[in-house]
Amino acid sequence: MAQEEVNKAISGEYKLGFEIDIEEDKVPPGLNEDIIRFISKKKNEPEWMTELRLKAYRKWLTMEEPHWAKLDYEPIDYQAISYYAAPKKGVDSLDEVDPKILEAYNKLGIPLEEQKQLAGVKVAVDAVVDSVSVKTTYQEELKKLGIIFCSISEAIRDYPELVKKYMFSVVPMNDNFFAALNSAVFTDGTFVYIPKGVRCPMELSTYFRINAINTGQFERTLIIADEGSYVSYNEGCSAPMRDENQLHAAVVELIALKDAEIKYSTIQNWYPGDEEGRGGIYNFVTKRGLCEGENSKISWTQVETGSSITWKYPSCILKGDNSVGEFYSVAITTLAQQADTGTKMIHIGKNTTSTIISKGISAMKGQNTYRGLVKFYSSAKGARNYSECDSLLIGDKCGAHTFPYLESKDSEGQIEHEATTTKISDEQLFYLRQRGISEEDAVSMIVHGFCKEVFNQLPMEYAVEARALLNLTLEGSVG
Amino acid sequence: MSKLEIKNLKAKIGDKEILKGLDLALEEGKVHVIMGPNGAGKSTLSKAIVGHYDINVTDGKIIFKGKDITNEEPEIRALEGLFLSFQHPVEIPGVNNAYFLRTAVNAKRRYEGKEELNAAEFLREMREIAKEIGLKPELLNRSLNVGFSGGEKKRNEVLQMMMLKPDVIILDEIDSGLDIDALKDVSKGINKLRDGKRSFLIITHYSRILDYVKPDYIHILMDGKVVKTAGPELVEKLEKEGYSSFEEK
Ligand SMILES: Nc1ncnc2c1ncn2[C@@H]1O[C@H](COP(=O)(O)OP(=O)(O)OP(=O)(O)O)[C@@H](O)[C@H]1O
Ligand SMILES: [Mg+2]
Repeated sequence: MAQEEVNKAISGEYKLGFEIDIEEDKVPPGLNEDIIRFISKKKNEPEWMTELRLKAYRKWLTMEEPHWAKLDYEPIDYQAISYYAAPKKGVDSLDEVDPKILEAYNKLGIPLEEQKQLAGVKVAVDAVVDSVSVKTTYQEELKKLGIIFCSISEAIRDYPELVKKYMFSVVPMNDNFFAALNSAVFTDGTFVYIPKGVRCPMELSTYFRINAINTGQFERTLIIADEGSYVSYNEGCSAPMRDENQLHAAVVELIALKDAEIKYSTIQNWYPGDEEGRGGIYNFVTKRGLCEGENSKISWTQVETGSSITWKYPSCILKGDNSVGEFYSVAITTLAQQADTGTKMIHIGKNTTSTIISKGISAMKGQNTYRGLVKFYSSAKGARNYSECDSLLIGDKCGAHTFPYLESKDSEGQIEHEATTTKISDEQLFYLRQRGISEEDAVSMIVHGFCKEVFNQLPMEYAVEARALLNLTLEGSVG
Repeated sequence: MSKLEIKNLKAKIGDKEILKGLDLALEEGKVHVIMGPNGAGKSTLSKAIVGHYDINVTDGKIIFKGKDITNEEPEIRALEGLFLSFQHPVEIPGVNNAYFLRTAVNAKRRYEGKEELNAAEFLREMREIAKEIGLKPELLNRSLNVGFSGGEKKRNEVLQMMMLKPDVIILDEIDSGLDIDALKDVSKGINKLRDGKRSFLIITHYSRILDYVKPDYIHILMDGKVVKTAGPELVEKLEKEGYSSFEEK
């Protein structure tokens, strides 16, 4: 078959690659203790936070960049990166957001005015540009329910007790090289606290935008769901098209107390670079949730379409008895993208259950690796895991790899694992085309069918976005 | 006048020549039957007609409704009115059967400059036909052909045929593996579409289906060529003598 046509069909243009033309405050490239003090000061942080950052930095200096993942990239020069960039206007006062930023967010389809709603549904948004949060909507309305939804910088100033108690409690500052770097230089991100028994009445979301050149983005997100509460949180992102690579090293910590549930969805659409692998975001992310209390539940859903390099393993520590962890993932690598992603499900409590559904799609020169660990502690009597890892290959220059690991100290635990690798077969494509469906629509239909189980997990507004984004990634010049 | 004309068709799969100068003409409104030994090239011919990429046509022509379609894209051939019921329909996980069918029906309507069918109209027609041909309604909501039994897959092909209402219909072993009720249902569907204009090409190994669908012509395909064309009476001779008497000396 005409493989080139399919290639064309799946290498849709990146439509969000524009730059926002604003003045930014930016530190010169390089990393040292002075820069860290500078960041901490810029954010008006208390002394204890500055000290924690420095501690993390000193740990980071002793650590080495990990290279066990199946990723091949140019060495990162950490001294060539600028660690702080912020739009000059509208940082101190929420009402003075630069109109150009509002316009840019509109273009991205993210409403920053409360009266404008996403698909007719209220969604509270924290908008982050480079190193700072520029606006957070619906804060007042949420506050009435006791819900805290603000930037992490605000939380450090206004809710130090919660931050001290929970930050670094799930992802310790020396957890890994990238987490340590983030702990030292993190700039902004979102903080959420849902009080006891409260069901958050709207979707919460953060939209991250890298804008400045030669900067890294190091956001940090902390979500705490107190006993019996529920929250659904969504994260989206994009970046301009540039020939240089930019580093994004985020840390996300989730804590679900007794009977609480956190649903965390990501639509990752950082700039993927070009066909030759030039440019694109290096995405090294540590995401971990702790099911601290009994009957708690944490569910990760991710749709990974962007970045040139993705290194990411959203995980659950199932400590509370009967707690539940879920991981639903669609990762698409096309062009020259590489993704090494998966999850860890750590079963500690009794009767803990986890579900892993991973769908990897590779096209063109894309390389897609699933890496997952299921671990049963001896305390995890009656624990169960179900894993399903499917790979779909489009063309013959791409690759799919699956590394499922299992550690069990408990013979009672039950694990079910299924893995398949399929190629979009010429027969499937032909069948649809014989019924009068164009090649491009046929590819899209097959890929959507493959992702269905995961898309069904997304909140409705975001499922629509994810489908559209998938179409965009698949869109091309056929016909 | 012939609806579909195949002239001196030569085709390869890989390096192997399968069709070796095949001639065949389907007349308007007629039912043509092709019989022939395993491996003779029957499925290859049907795939060549609808433009399957495995088949490399090296010589000859395919003329459909007066137009040379030898090098046409498969979806264009389909939209122009060519339909193949596959010998082995493929399974497509996650693609809802009804959604797929509606996409196909509307692609055709758009191509013909008609308005798309709305969901209600579409569902009504689909359910009616499904009932008529004994296709279980729950199959409409499942993934396309996934886990369907052999007979269910064939019925699903007939459903598509009846919804798309093509001009030339090729049925590659639609009767293989069907129980007697299924055979009757499938035949009913075919007969319903016989309108004096539409042409059929039925590929089969058994005369059984011809008790229900009355053919006009029988062709014998051997070693990549049509070696004999005659009326329905040829079937009887075939049943008695097998294919050996038709071998080219
Ligand atoms: N994809 C393929 N690669 C190689 N050879 C093939 C391929 N498909 C078909 N062939 C060969 O082409 C020849 C004709 O096959 P075809 O399927 O057209 O036969 P048929 O007449 O339909 O047989 P049957 O009655 O068994 O269905 C056979 O020798 C077969 O092995
Ligand atoms: Mg055959």
